[in-house]
Amino acid sequence: MDEITSSPNELITTTSPSHRFRPPRLVRLIGAPILGGIVGLLLGAVLIMLAGADPLAAYQTMLAGAFGGPRQLTETTLKVGPLLLMGLGLTIAFRCKVWNIGGEGQYFMGALAGAGIGLLLQDSLPAVVLIPLMLLAGVLGGALWAGIAAFLKLRFGLNEIITTLMLNYIAEFTLLYLAREPLKDPDSFLPQSAQLVGAARMPTLFDSRIHIGVLLALLLVPAVYVLLWQTPLGFRLRAIGSSQSVSRYAGMNVALGLSLALLLSGAFAGLAGVIEVSALHTRLKDGISGNYGFTGILVALLGRLHPVGVVFAAIFFAALSIGAQTMHSVYGLPIALAQVIQGLVVLFVLAADALARRIWR
Amino acid sequence: MSTHSLTQPIVHMQGVVKRFPGGVLACDQVDLELYPGEILALLGENGAGKTTLMNLLYGLYQRDAGHIYLRGQPVNFRSANDAIAHGLGMVHQHFMLVPTFTVAENMVLGQPSPRGPLLENRRTVAQRIRQLSEQYGLKVDPEAEVWQLSVGQQQRVEILKALYRGAEILILDEPTAVLTPQEVDELLIILRGLADDGRSIIFISHKLQEVTSLCDRVAVLRDGRLVGTVQTAETDRHQLSRMMVGREVLLRMTKQPSAPGKVQLAVRDLHVQDNRGLPVLRGVSFEVRAGEIVGLAGVEGNGQRELEDALGGLRNVEQGQIILAGQDVTNRSPRDIFTAGLGHVPSDRYETALLADFSVADNLVLETIDQPPYTRSGLLNRTAIADNAKQLVKAFDIRPAAIDAEVGNLSGGNAQKVVLARALSHQPKLLLVAQPTRGVDIGAIEYVHQELIRYRDEGMAILLISTELDEILNLSDRILVLYEGEIMGESTADTADVETLGLMMAGTRVD
Repeated sequence: MDEITSSPNELITTTSPSHRFRPPRLVRLIGAPILGGIVGLLLGAVLIMLAGADPLAAYQTMLAGAFGGPRQLTETTLKVGPLLLMGLGLTIAFRCKVWNIGGEGQYFMGALAGAGIGLLLQDSLPAVVLIPLMLLAGVLGGALWAGIAAFLKLRFGLNEIITTLMLNYIAEFTLLYLAREPLKDPDSFLPQSAQLVGAARMPTLFDSRIHIGVLLALLLVPAVYVLLWQTPLGFRLRAIGSSQSVSRYAGMNVALGLSLALLLSGAFAGLAGVIEVSALHTRLKDGISGNYGFTGILVALLGRLHPVGVVFAAIFFAALSIGAQTMHSVYGLPIALAQVIQGLVVLFVLAADALARRIWR
Repeated sequence: MSTHSLTQPIVHMQGVVKRFPGGVLACDQVDLELYPGEILALLGENGAGKTTLMNLLYGLYQRDAGHIYLRGQPVNFRSANDAIAHGLGMVHQHFMLVPTFTVAENMVLGQPSPRGPLLENRRTVAQRIRQLSEQYGLKVDPEAEVWQLSVGQQQRVEILKALYRGAEILILDEPTAVLTPQEVDELLIILRGLADDGRSIIFISHKLQEVTSLCDRVAVLRDGRLVGTVQTAETDRHQLSRMMVGREVLLRMTKQPSAPGKVQLAVRDLHVQDNRGLPVLRGVSFEVRAGEIVGLAGVEGNGQRELEDALGGLRNVEQGQIILAGQDVTNRSPRDIFTAGLGHVPSDRYETALLADFSVADNLVLETIDQPPYTRSGLLNRTAIADNAKQLVKAFDIRPAAIDAEVGNLSGGNAQKVVLARALSHQPKLLLVAQPTRGVDIGAIEYVHQELIRYRDEGMAILLISTELDEILNLSDRILVLYEGEIMGESTADTADVETLGLMMAGTRVD
């Protein structure tokens, strides 16, 4: 640190009374996290070596696996969709300091509501009507599930961290029960619902596997930005996140703001749920969430609670996960190792960020 | 006293420098000498570096340069325990006592016991406390639990604690801030007695009167530098204030007699509870008229905060009525009360009034963000928000004049100007200002006071809640005193005297 602080000192002192070196905003914003990410990858390299593989080659395979060709790019893009939706929703919640860690449950409920409508009406409605209906059902399913936690918080003062977490299990096992019993596909021995077909499937774009759900997620990026920074509602949500007592003093309805933030993030998770089940899994069954509710938290934090940052964070996590699968199949390295590397990178990026903020306050 | 040149100073600080992260130079080449048996005042505005300098001496901070000599020997305290072992004792602004422990238990806390793992014998401790308190007139019951004691008594416990641990050098940080005038007088007598007994005292203050009546010498700090050290006998309050601020300060505001108009605030039989659900306001009634400043005096913690919250709609009213500009606003939302015409400058700026990580411009439109011109067709109008900020920053001389600066980076005085500017920009019927100059430098204090009087003259009703008696006396047309949630009495600007107010502040009803 001394090296960084002392050398450019003379240059700085003329413009600023501060005797400390403070790099430009962009460097502060991006430089430290990148440095942290590199340290995380280096530590990961040590682990790969210990597992008996060449780290450089392994990382190359990972990169190629995520971005190496049209097929890889498609896989990564498909993964970006749900991560982006989760990250965007949680960006709203976390900006308001509502700690929604129930994305998983809200995702399940969105999937359930959307797929339920789809199964019910897929033979009678055209896609152009059915798909918006399913998306709406997904949004409402997720929002209502988050609404339970909002109600418990406002009515009884229960901490949303605990309630949203617990509601995850209720949602997951409700879905599994329904897939095994009332909604079970009579033509199958597997514990899964009947299949969504035809009008109930997400339409795809340009003859590829990329579906309109990904497009929708991308369109919501500027929408969230506008909401948070260009509307009075977003101003208030951020104000409540900054200080509830000050917001109350300034005449804002804090309870309403907290509920809205929770409901909105639930809506985004529900949307991700219905899109994934309609586009990818086509049935309600075990394992339809790739842990998106929790990875979404990391996406939001790594994206520094900014929609643009969240896009990059979503791409990063998608690439890491797709790349890890390739690394697994090519080198036989365990998937768990990729998850460890993922964890290391996130830890170091966030730590470097926090450290940079402390030093260059 | 020229004799000092013959005696050796007991404390000698030489060229002491302390720089905080971020480049703030809190102490810049400060020299300070303390002689045995003297009371030295350390005078300066808020943020002048008084407390930092003493924390350096007491081992709480480490200096970046300079030397400290104790009885002629160079010392380098690594911690407060180090300093205590060398005979220093410090009474902080915020008391360092465990409320649920007795006085005696607080004395031995953190002290090695002669009985090994067991605590020292209770009776021995109590005996020593009684002996000390008798010797110096510091009356305290050793068996009383600290939470039962008044603030003044707790302060005596702090002083006793220092003496109990063998302090020869006492540092007191703004000891009179929390006391009634009578308690202040008692404290000054006690300190004089300690000095006569040969102990040396450093008395941190920004109150000129106490400094001139108590201390032998005065060291004045400004912006981290020692401006000078003078004998009290050879100086006066005007010279000291000039040294402190760097220019002459109006010690007394000049103002026209008030011309009260119609009643803008009527509070009737107000009952309010504190956070623990105990009654804290018990039947408070008063009125504030247009064109007058009503000052509500009282020692901290007698219901001021709760009254302020109740008036702002931030605390539930159990019983009674609040009428603002003819409208009953009892238990209405802060928003309704704002609309009815309240401008609220709260006592706790950062807890209640300002979003530290939001810009100056955003903070200036906190209440009205959803109204035109700041919101048009559902979207924020950044130009209008910026224009409003530019205008207010200029009108209220908020520095730095950067409307995008985060409010958390502003000095106390400028942050307060932001709150005041915002409240006044809505042209309130009643301005409620609580502790408006707490943590604000003296230049800004003067500015805030002048503004308040200007708005009074223009016909605004102003309720001033303050624990600074000088401020109340300077500004108020009528003065009310709050004690344990009741109004003890009222006096007018011309008839008020410190003595009577002090009696009321200590709980004597004066009619």
